[in-house]
Amino acid sequence: MELLSNRSKNVAQKEMTLSERMYLPAIAQGLGITIKHFFKKKATINYPEETRQRSDVWRGLHVLKRDENGAERCTACGLCAVACPAEAITMTAGERKKGEEHLYREEKYAVTYEVNMLRCIFCGLCEEACPKAAIFLQDDKLAPARYEREEFIYGKDRLVEPLKTTETK
Amino acid sequence: MDSVLLIYKGIYILVIFGISLLIATYSTYFERKIAAFIQDRVGPNRAGPMGLLQPLADAGKLFFKEEFIPAKANKMLFILGPGIAMLVAAMSSAVIPFGDTLILGETSFDLIAIDVNIGILYIFGVVSLGVYGLMIGGWASNNKFSLLGAIRAASQNISYELAMGLSLIAVLMLSGSLSLKVIAEQQTGFNWNIWYQPLGFLIFLICAFAETNRTPFDLPESEAELIGGYHTEYSSMKLGMYLFAEYINIFVVSAVMSTLYFGAYNFPFMENLRNAFDDPVLGNNVVTIIGVAVMFAKIFAFIFFFMWVRWTLPRFRYDQLMKLGWNILIPLAILNILLTGGGILLYEYFTNG
Repeated sequence: MELLSNRSKNVAQKEMTLSERMYLPAIAQGLGITIKHFFKKKATINYPEETRQRSDVWRGLHVLKRDENGAERCTACGLCAVACPAEAITMTAGERKKGEEHLYREEKYAVTYEVNMLRCIFCGLCEEACPKAAIFLQDDKLAPARYEREEFIYGKDRLVEPLKTTETK
Repeated sequence: MDSVLLIYKGIYILVIFGISLLIATYSTYFERKIAAFIQDRVGPNRAGPMGLLQPLADAGKLFFKEEFIPAKANKMLFILGPGIAMLVAAMSSAVIPFGDTLILGETSFDLIAIDVNIGILYIFGVVSLGVYGLMIGGWASNNKFSLLGAIRAASQNISYELAMGLSLIAVLMLSGSLSLKVIAEQQTGFNWNIWYQPLGFLIFLICAFAETNRTPFDLPESEAELIGGYHTEYSSMKLGMYLFAEYINIFVVSAVMSTLYFGAYNFPFMENLRNAFDDPVLGNNVVTIIGVAVMFAKIFAFIFFFMWVRWTLPRFRYDQLMKLGWNILIPLAILNILLTGGGILLYEYFTNG
């Protein structure tokens, strides 16, 4: 048969040379490769102690922000809940009483605010929908693994940014 | 005088037994650590500093696991199997000289448990008994895979013991003695047997891998084909005993190899060091203590080599294993005997005549 191109390769099994049949040079070569890996820098990141550097646009655990005076920004408008494709966010709104001005920035505030971390797909649409710049997805925290499903429903106690008090700087 | 020696022997045997158990325990840790390092991981590092308590955690886990005996198994033999494997493995370190003599006051103490004049034969006899542990365990499990593993273990050990014994004969021709102590004493300084027996050492090394069922010759316990081979049905500490016996065997074989070929407790310039001390007793003791350290360094180097090879080479196919043993290693070992004999004759011809 005439070959159309010269690209075909001869794949016949070739006779092994003596050094190949002795295996020992090949074994020594293999041992050399493994010992090189023995002294290499390890690829492992010891997870709980050290974490991999995340991208700046990483979308992790939610946070409810406070304004510069320490009052909660969220007004419970519900736009985040509407924007959420996974329906992970629920809230109940309440009216601010007199004397609570330092706690809540507007007259209306979220009495409860819950994010179900099992439903959440961390898409960040709530962040985009928020008109008050109240909800953000942090780039340095994750929702950690837990034993109970109930523990994945994050309430305000775990979502709201802690107060920066003057004592702790 | 006699009672002092008796008490000393008792303590020494206990110490050697403890050391071989300790080394076997930590071999499991270093096995995992070396495997991890070769695969660019860090290995066990949670139990204790750098994971050093990992063997204890493993043993604790094994003790609390369910002790399972298959319904149709031969119960007595099933329990006897790991016992024999363990007993035989622990017995064989008795005749290995771990050091020269220590002189305390009037008495001198040999750092060897039993100085028999057929030391190497004793080791061979005891180590070949070890295959009974595997065979009995594999047969008593009443499981096809276990039986296959047991058959493989038996035929492999028999095949490779031949080549091992033949490669050893060349060493015995040089030393003229079966006593490991005499063989060790003949290799003073840097006059090690490896310089005279490189081919013999290579054959012995390959056979040692096969005898201890280590990769590339771990066919009796291949996980992929035989789901564990002879210890498929074993669980709890009985499985632990089998694995433990394997590590003790590695320790013993490493010790035998360093005694036969790498000068046991001898190290270069030991005579210079001995003569550097004014007090001969002190010089002797210092050299002996360094010698013990050197011996253990050699053993550890061999154990590392065993693990290094395990994580480099894949397993042999069964017909390749048999072909290597019968068609290559045994003729090579016989050739080695002939070469050694010719060498001895030539040496005598040139020195005497």
